[in-house]
Amino acid sequence: MNSFNYIELVRPALPEIFLALAVMALLMLGVFQKSGTEAAAADSARLVTGLSVVTLVLAVFLVGVDARGRDEAFCGMFVTDPFAVFWKILVLIGAALTLVMSGDYLVRKGLARFEYSILVLFATLGMMMMISANDLIALYLGLEMQSLSLYVIAAFQRDDARSSEAGLKYFVLGAVASGMLLYGSSLIYGFSGTTNFNDLAELFYAGQAQPPSIGVIVGLVFILSGLAFKVSAVPFHMWTPDVYEGAPTPVAAFFAAAPKLAAVALLVRVMIGPFGDLLPQWQQIIVFISIASMILGAFAAVNQRNIKRLMAYSSIGNVGYALIGLAAGDETGVRGVLIYMAIYLFMTLGTFACILAMKRGDRMVEEISDLAGLGKTHPMMALALAIFMFSLSGIPPLAGFFGKLYVFLAAIEAKLYALAVIGVLSSVVAAFYYIRVVKVAYFDDPVQPLDTPVNRSIGVVLVLTATIVLFFFAYPGPILTGAAAAAASLFGG
Amino acid sequence: MSHFPVLSLLILLPLVGTAFILTIRGDAEAVARNTRSVALWTSLIEFVVSLYLWINFDPATASFQFVERREWMPGLGISYHLGVDGISMMFVLLTTLLTPVCVLASWESITQRVREYMVAFLVMESLMIGMFAALDIVVFYVFFEGVLIPMFLIIGVWGGPRRVYAAFKFFLYTLLGSVLMLLAILAMYFDAGTADMQTLMAHGFPVQMQSWLWLAFFASFAVKVPMWPVHTWLPDAHVEAPTAGSVILAGVLLKFGGYGFLRFSLPMFPDATVAFAPLIFALSIVAVIYTSFVALAQDDMKKLIAYSSVAHMGFVTAGTFSLTVQGIEGAIYQMLSHGIVSAALFLIVGVVYDRMHSREIETYGGLVHRMPVYAFVFMLFMLASVGMPGTSGFVGEFLVLLGTFQVNTWVSMLAATGVILGACYMLYLYRRVIFGKLTKSELADIADLSPREMAVFAPLVVLVVVMGVYPPPFLEVMHTSVANLIDQVTQAKLASMPLSMAGR
Repeated sequence: MNSFNYIELVRPALPEIFLALAVMALLMLGVFQKSGTEAAAADSARLVTGLSVVTLVLAVFLVGVDARGRDEAFCGMFVTDPFAVFWKILVLIGAALTLVMSGDYLVRKGLARFEYSILVLFATLGMMMMISANDLIALYLGLEMQSLSLYVIAAFQRDDARSSEAGLKYFVLGAVASGMLLYGSSLIYGFSGTTNFNDLAELFYAGQAQPPSIGVIVGLVFILSGLAFKVSAVPFHMWTPDVYEGAPTPVAAFFAAAPKLAAVALLVRVMIGPFGDLLPQWQQIIVFISIASMILGAFAAVNQRNIKRLMAYSSIGNVGYALIGLAAGDETGVRGVLIYMAIYLFMTLGTFACILAMKRGDRMVEEISDLAGLGKTHPMMALALAIFMFSLSGIPPLAGFFGKLYVFLAAIEAKLYALAVIGVLSSVVAAFYYIRVVKVAYFDDPVQPLDTPVNRSIGVVLVLTATIVLFFFAYPGPILTGAAAAAASLFGG
Repeated sequence: MSHFPVLSLLILLPLVGTAFILTIRGDAEAVARNTRSVALWTSLIEFVVSLYLWINFDPATASFQFVERREWMPGLGISYHLGVDGISMMFVLLTTLLTPVCVLASWESITQRVREYMVAFLVMESLMIGMFAALDIVVFYVFFEGVLIPMFLIIGVWGGPRRVYAAFKFFLYTLLGSVLMLLAILAMYFDAGTADMQTLMAHGFPVQMQSWLWLAFFASFAVKVPMWPVHTWLPDAHVEAPTAGSVILAGVLLKFGGYGFLRFSLPMFPDATVAFAPLIFALSIVAVIYTSFVALAQDDMKKLIAYSSVAHMGFVTAGTFSLTVQGIEGAIYQMLSHGIVSAALFLIVGVVYDRMHSREIETYGGLVHRMPVYAFVFMLFMLASVGMPGTSGFVGEFLVLLGTFQVNTWVSMLAATGVILGACYMLYLYRRVIFGKLTKSELADIADLSPREMAVFAPLVVLVVVMGVYPPPFLEVMHTSVANLIDQVTQAKLASMPLSMAGR
């Protein structure tokens, strides 16, 4: 008999274990650093942030290197497959880029505390667990780990009423959503006797004679509501604009990027995995959520003056587009979701990098009108912003167009014509407010120019994301094949 | 078939020029000067390279030439696929001809953000050529839509007082039409299992589906052409755009719609085309007559020419849907001619606008006394626009009338009234601007055309006369392709005869 190989046993979860250990080590490092004065605190924050970015990059490698087929750990609670790998890499990139561009803002606002990076890392760890969850319990654990960290960083600027309000609002509403999710899970467990996704999938296998009991359906609806809250889809979107506006800008950037991706990943996995064969039961709900999100995201944003609020509504609308792919419920659809969210990540991070670069003197500004004349005062930043805005409105040859192309492809294939038509029409409305930002930046004359030298780390993120969004069309291979493999792995099993 | 990838080169060259322009350093004056020269040289070289297409073009075959194909999106069968035939080749040349004209025309009138301006024009040239050369429907859409971005910026940044309104209207109108076309493209992709345009042309879509697809494409192309009643963005965009912007808009962008009808609607949805032809005829006639009257009432020179564009494009759509060789060749000829004539007319307005900063007809009068060369050039293009024999405008309009006459005499007759109305508003415009006494004191020392401006007009003058006097070289290259196109439509029509045409 071979001796029991513990490494092999936990191997699928190696990146998560590495990340958990690294976070704890960084926490210790931060605690034992001197932080008596503001300067010392900033120094220790800078050190911990730098190491956190390194940790995230290492985690990307661990995830990438270990990319094998489907593998389970912890008695089937935890699964890693190409689907999980794809999302984890995106989430880690999102978290790393957010950390890179937050530094300057936090120092400026007197918020440079090492706890910020630690919380971001804990949230990222939670997201990775969510993505790999193969059991309702594991799902809940990952989700709560992520959410609790996020509640805290939303209120990170604790002397500011708006930030505290954002944190509190997020916490209360998030707790309700978690409660619904938990209640739904308990219903599912009660009516099926298992929480494992594999067993659930077998139980609801389409070939069955009898339809699923009503209790399962109700439980499914509760789970769906809880997850819809996490992805900020209509009608569970109300927290989004307030939290984005109130939270410190880097935190809002983080919210728009990594947690949103993780929640969409989780939603896709839960709907397609255990409940995939109940498609006729939940398709209507997803179609409704998708339509409502797209329309609300398009119309509510038209009158926004604050660019963070605008991005909040934009993120609601974008989730609506991504959900078109889920509504299709097949491999093409899931591939569409993957491609859409991958591109969305870079567009939204880039836009937030622009927002973070908006400062005048010592003050951060966040009104759209503050961008007036950007084309003259900051030509490169204006160009990047224009690229992101045209991309978000889905104009080719920018990356955003290809995201939309793939989800609409799925919708047409699944014969969801009404959904597709409403989708493209609302994208025209959305184009209006995106190009209004371009208009302010290029057509209006500068009133009071923003500060000229853009912080270097923000500049790096800007250049990186703008390049990806602009030149995606030239070399779309990696994301497309990665997404295709990831989508296939979800349906192969 | 292995040969020199000239179409890719044509798409890439302007982008190389763009890259050069972006690396120019120095003070603002030097940057502007160097940018202008780089842009001019790039577009001139581009034009010379594009002549290679015409010289090596084989007019005897209807199949696509200079074909290039490369895998683009893995797993989807969407490839970077280029090629031209007799229909698209001339449009590529029109694009490469008008771009240097635009660059030269903006030489002195654009002083603000010259670098961005020239970059926008070069990028737009690249996108327009890609649009005409695309043989994959997704690639086509990418280029077709992509043009919106530079044009939006050109109108919005360098336009007149109401530029923001005009830019938004232009952008949202065209986007709204195009997104529906995108869905139709995806539906076609699923029905036929390919995005290759040649395969799609031979595919034969179900008749019921054809109607929907046709309408979706119509939504996009009708806005681009523009056809009445979705033409209202055009006068705004033209009036507010800088001169060169109007030139490209009228010269090339409007041709997207006409080209789209020829490339997609006719060969891919022949049954729907036959079924909807009366609708197109009706809208074309309304466009020709109604917008001619509107043009008659304008006080703004640019607006007048914009409305005349709508009327001329009415001829194009009527000719296209006559489905006769003369009608379609006339439509293409009319598009080429209109591309040159309306471009020249906008340049003519630009000349006096640069001097007086007014587009109002009231401002001028008696210019012939101070600007004889200008008056001559204006007269030539005015007559070409009216359709005077001996100019390119005559050939196009005559062929269109000939083609439509075979199908429907009423359409032909009503369209012919458009020629008369055209003469009315153009001659009226000419009389008010050029003739009469030079009474206005501010016009007393207005200068005639400068050498640079003459250089801008020279190629256009030559072309308008050559195309009017000796059209064979232009008609020859398109003849086989047009005949083939009509074959495609009629064959499909015959094939589905028992279903749709049994009643005849």
